[in-house]
Amino acid sequence: MTQIDHQQTSNNPGFAKAPTGIQGLDEITGGGLPRGRPTLVCGGAGCGKTLLAMEFLVRGATQFGEPGVFMSFEESATELTQNVRSLGFDLDDLVQKKMLAIDFVRVERNEIEETGEYDLEGLFVRLNFAIDSIGAKRVVLDTIETLFGGLSNVSILRGELRRLFRWLKDKGVTAVITGESGDGALTRHSLEEYVSDCVIVLDHRVTEQMSTRRLRIVKYRGTSHETNEYPFLIDADGISVLPVTSLGLQHTASTTRISSGIPRLDAMLGGDGYFRGSTVLMSGTAGSGKSSIAAHFVAAACQRGERCLYFAFEESPGQILRNMRSIGIDLEPWMQQGLLHFHASRAAIHGLEMHLATIHKLVRKFQPRVVVMDPVGSLTSVGTSQDANVMLTRLIDFLKMQGITAMLTSLTSGDAALEQTSTNVSMLVDTWLLLRDLELDGERNRVMYVLKSRGMAHSNQLREFLLTDQGVELQNVYLGAEGVLTGSARQTREATEKAARLLRHQEVEAKQRERVLKREAQEARIIALQKEFEAEEEVAKRDIDQEQSREETNRQDRDRMGISRQGDKVLKEAEPSARSHETPRSRK
Amino acid sequence: MRANSDATRAFESAVGAPSPEQRYALRLYVTGMTPRSTEAFASIKAICEERLQGRYELTVIDIYQNPQLAIDEQIVAVPTLVKVLPPPLRRLVGDLSNMERVLSGLDLRRKP
Repeated sequence: MTQIDHQQTSNNPGFAKAPTGIQGLDEITGGGLPRGRPTLVCGGAGCGKTLLAMEFLVRGATQFGEPGVFMSFEESATELTQNVRSLGFDLDDLVQKKMLAIDFVRVERNEIEETGEYDLEGLFVRLNFAIDSIGAKRVVLDTIETLFGGLSNVSILRGELRRLFRWLKDKGVTAVITGESGDGALTRHSLEEYVSDCVIVLDHRVTEQMSTRRLRIVKYRGTSHETNEYPFLIDADGISVLPVTSLGLQHTASTTRISSGIPRLDAMLGGDGYFRGSTVLMSGTAGSGKSSIAAHFVAAACQRGERCLYFAFEESPGQILRNMRSIGIDLEPWMQQGLLHFHASRAAIHGLEMHLATIHKLVRKFQPRVVVMDPVGSLTSVGTSQDANVMLTRLIDFLKMQGITAMLTSLTSGDAALEQTSTNVSMLVDTWLLLRDLELDGERNRVMYVLKSRGMAHSNQLREFLLTDQGVELQNVYLGAEGVLTGSARQTREATEKAARLLRHQEVEAKQRERVLKREAQEARIIALQKEFEAEEEVAKRDIDQEQSREETNRQDRDRMGISRQGDKVLKEAEPSARSHETPRSRK
Repeated sequence: MRANSDATRAFESAVGAPSPEQRYALRLYVTGMTPRSTEAFASIKAICEERLQGRYELTVIDIYQNPQLAIDEQIVAVPTLVKVLPPPLRRLVGDLSNMERVLSGLDLRRKP
């Protein structure tokens, strides 16, 4: 938007504009109304002309330091002050600060007798006096055509009005002149013939019982401007116009990923969840769990400390809070912390443009990082599906420009093709989760899959999920002969697998036990052998000992005999054995 | 007939129709000495002298000199002659050249 503004200003060097300060109007006029020239604001009764004019002055005084004169032909100063007080404009204060002068021009036909030629110099004098008294830069004449009601000489009036507008230009004030449209003409008395620099038409239309205010710039001399009709809102902050077509495909794409709040769903989306700033569509049949998945997303966003705006078109905030609490998601603390804001309204209370305008306004005000619209399809009940489509395109563009991650839920009616949303927004969204019910073996089970997810590798699997006390739980995947097993079939399969697992487990355990026993037996055998060997060794040792001791005894006996038989004999006899060999030597 | 004319008189006095002694307070708002201003002034002066001699008060106000008075008195078209008294308040817009209308605006139309 700023880009476009920039282009327009640079196209017209030296073409000064007076910013109105009115939300959105400066964007579509490329900077404001033509400075120092009159602008005609026309429209039917009650379309917001006076308010637009007044806001132009009030914003001029408060935001741009330009004092203004409000010359009213229909309402007294007191009435005006009261009327705009509800919009937060304190006219008395501005008058006291000399930033605003109000002059109520009352022309009562029954008091007037026209007796000859005249001019409207009185009006000029009063206007000049008011402008000079506060140094006004802005002037509003609301609605000058009332003069035609009080004075009958049309040719004088027309000449004088022509002179007035020229005079305003010479005076160098930026003027807004309001005029009531009628009989197919822009204004009843063709003011547009005199005010030719800028003409803005306001409209308050009712189509199919929906009223929508619209604004269109019919003419803006010397500047390129948007020619479309723009819906606008009048609420507690004044007017906000919705510049919708000035959006384009210039948004930057973030590579940051944010969690869906359901770990297993994140895993399906390439492991990390959605892209920040992307648009997620969740479509599904009634009761397929769309809101619950959205609630997870909201809770996750709030947990990250991000602001979250929730547009509920079918349920009240209280109802959503209660329902989500039943699946273990408590959103209330986030609401109290100011991170979560619900905006609940029936889709049918406004026209589409009003919804769009409201959404714009709230988004600008609340500055969320995450927006949920639940369900977006109910907007089609307001307008035609083509209108809804256009509106959603605008909305998605807008949210993308702001870098806001959006989650839209959409109800698919039972007989419609599943991969088709009631509003054909599928080509606009980045990630599309499809929720559906699988009917199998006499039961319905919820499954989801990622139909598309731009820019990430995503799972192609159909996943069953349950709404439990702890929220949405994605179940394990079991494939049967007829596809994915869900519900009881899955549970049966799970049970079978569990039994098989148990059996395997038991077998392993038995084997383990056997092995232990075997080892124990082995060890026992080893010990036994060892013992046997030890016993044998013992016996052998004893035998050897006995043998040795016997031999010793024998030798001693022989020695003793030898001694008794005189030496030599002993030596000869003892010579063959080592022992006997030593013995004589040691004895030497 | 007599009773009838009595009733008329009674009605006229009840609605405050000007009695011959009624005083007039008139203010003529002009913008400087334009031909139209002087024309208007001459015209009203003549009427007053002719019809209201001795019981009128005519003030001429130049709103160039005193713009605040233009605001206070709700002056839009110029010249404007305001009949302050007797009530009801009337604004005679223009150069007062249409005598019929001036007289009617001042409630001075001759009775038939």
